Amino acid sequence: MKKTMYEKIWDAHLVYSEEGVTPLIYIDRHLMHEVTSPQAFQGLLEMSRPIRRPEAVLATLDHCIPTINRDQPIKDSIAANQVATLQNNCRINGLLLFDMQGPDNGIIHVVAPENGFTHPGMTVVCGDSHTATHGAFGALAFGVGTSEVEHVLATQTLPQKASKTLLIKIEGKLGPGVTPKDVTMAVIGKIGTAGGNGHVIEYAGSAVRAMSMEGRMTLCNMAIEAGARAGMVAPDQKTFDYLQGKKFAPGPEHWEKAVSYWKSLVSDEGAHFDQVIELDTASIGPQVTWGTSPEQVMAIDQTIPKTSDFNDAGKQEALKNALHYMGLKSGQRMTEVSLDWVFIGSCTNSRIEDMRAAAQVIKGKKVNPKVRAIVVPGSYPVKRQAEAEGLDRIFKEAGFEWREPGCSMCLAMNGDELAPGQRCASTSNRNFEGRQGKGGRTHLVSPEMAAAAAIAGHFVDIRTWS
Amino acid sequence: MQAFTKTTGVAAVLNKDNIDTDQIIAKQFLKKTEKTGFGKHLFHDWRFLADGSENPDFELNRPEYKGARVLITGDNFGCGSSREHAPWALVDYGFKTIVATSYADIFFNNCFKNGILPIIASFEDRDRLAAEVLASPGVSFTVDLLTQKLTTPGGIELAFEVDPMRKEKLVHGLDDIDWTLTKNELITAFEAKQKAAQPWLYR
Ligand code: SF4
Repeated sequence: MKKTMYEKIWDAHLVYSEEGVTPLIYIDRHLMHEVTSPQAFQGLLEMSRPIRRPEAVLATLDHCIPTINRDQPIKDSIAANQVATLQNNCRINGLLLFDMQGPDNGIIHVVAPENGFTHPGMTVVCGDSHTATHGAFGALAFGVGTSEVEHVLATQTLPQKASKTLLIKIEGKLGPGVTPKDVTMAVIGKIGTAGGNGHVIEYAGSAVRAMSMEGRMTLCNMAIEAGARAGMVAPDQKTFDYLQGKKFAPGPEHWEKAVSYWKSLVSDEGAHFDQVIELDTASIGPQVTWGTSPEQVMAIDQTIPKTSDFNDAGKQEALKNALHYMGLKSGQRMTEVSLDWVFIGSCTNSRIEDMRAAAQVIKGKKVNPKVRAIVVPGSYPVKRQAEAEGLDRIFKEAGFEWREPGCSMCLAMNGDELAPGQRCASTSNRNFEGRQGKGGRTHLVSPEMAAAAAIAGHFVDIRTWS
Repeated sequence: MQAFTKTTGVAAVLNKDNIDTDQIIAKQFLKKTEKTGFGKHLFHDWRFLADGSENPDFELNRPEYKGARVLITGDNFGCGSSREHAPWALVDYGFKTIVATSYADIFFNNCFKNGILPIIASFEDRDRLAAEVLASPGVSFTVDLLTQKLTTPGGIELAFEVDPMRKEKLVHGLDDIDWTLTKNELITAFEAKQKAAQPWLYR
């Protein structure tokens, strides 16, 4: 029978299945951060259950750590407690932790690939919805709740229902100024935040093949915003080249065998998908969200929709509420909208390519005096690489703040946040009400668009930038 | 997880629909790093007045309801976020069984993971149970999971449905982990096979 990549990975991980019982699948890798793990460890302790495979776990501190003055004690006592709890739990259980000051520290979805911790064909979980990022390698990677974190620690398995499959084919060359971030946002705009419900997405087509690994990670990262359980891209030579030589990648003694296994994972020609959606790159311009849901998105040269553009009463209501919250009007152009903040960072767009792309746009220019702009690299390796290339100087000379790595303003748990009513161009993945601070207004864009907006003080169509 | 076969305990009525997880456990209590100790914060904003004293008007504060084990409530109980703190708080407070006309999906699943039996009753049955509690506050109901019956001193006998696999887990006090560990041999066999085929996955 012809199988999709998802089905191949699923079948290869089935430990137990029986009529009327939720199947049990094996989990190869377990990623962890400080916010969703403490109760899982406590649960294990109460039941005196050991961790089944400590070497399958990689933990980092990212969500609530400060991006400045890292050498000083954390001021927020609750954050400090969460950090200390994870440090403790990792020490007691012998888990690998990329500690706050350590050379490998960074956002979990940046550091795991950087270290070759996630491979094609793996099942990967994390108590975090953006685990979908790792699907870029042709892994089945998805977010889980705290009970499930505990379950995986104790058993290295999870009871899971199989998902449906959705193939999204994106054909053509990306236009000037159009990035993988724009593609993933355009997909969400097309299918909506519930469009992928119950499905695992496989992104395919010439545009996806042409993307770098970093770009594919950005693409898969936001599969969750399309409602999907996971997003994935078939592995190819780029995937193998990216992994070869990385710390936790298969060593030379296994390399060829691993690659030939990985090649066998690609969806069979003619395999059945439950749904297929095709997208032409010619229809995708640089994107910007205007509302409070990732599906409230448009190309930068369009105008904010009006209620009559939607048939659905729910969407009409959502538009009204969003525009009220965002302080915007139907018919407005985003290029007229001025900004208070620019945030370049998050597990969506904080890799070295994102840093390069943003730096390229602002080189020799100055941040608009009304705007506060920060760059938060995804990890220390990204930060060091950027510094080696002199990108930090470009940012600093332009007036950007150059921070220590972490989630920072993506979810504003660490004190980096907007004040009520402030407006931000952000390269992160969620523009929910209050996500970047109570009353804060978030517009999701690519790193290039964010960088240009910082200089101009308002959104610009990156295609007209010089 | 504690086994659940049969329980007899005071029934309390909280006659509201759409009680959400924010009301069950308010968000200011979520930053704790433990699973236990949430019971004292259960229904915080209803239970306590601004000065921290007990709100005498809140149903669960009635002296007859002290030590309640069975909660009779309305429609769509547990809606809102997926936070597992909600069942943690209910269990920690002492509730073993909830009787509602419907539940939010994730909350319903989370109950079984934490040793609570959520019973779905018809509006009519729920009203009959509530009426008996209100007529004789402090009355104890008996919930027998083995026979799938809830019985009351007033003579109500309510048969309820429960998924067989979930029932088995509750009866034996097996949480999902316990259940999975009964498949331990299969997991070990899987690992051996995977290690032989893909040794690079193991260190
Ligand atoms: S950067 Fe944002 S989305 Fe990514 S893991 Fe951190 S908080 Fe979550």
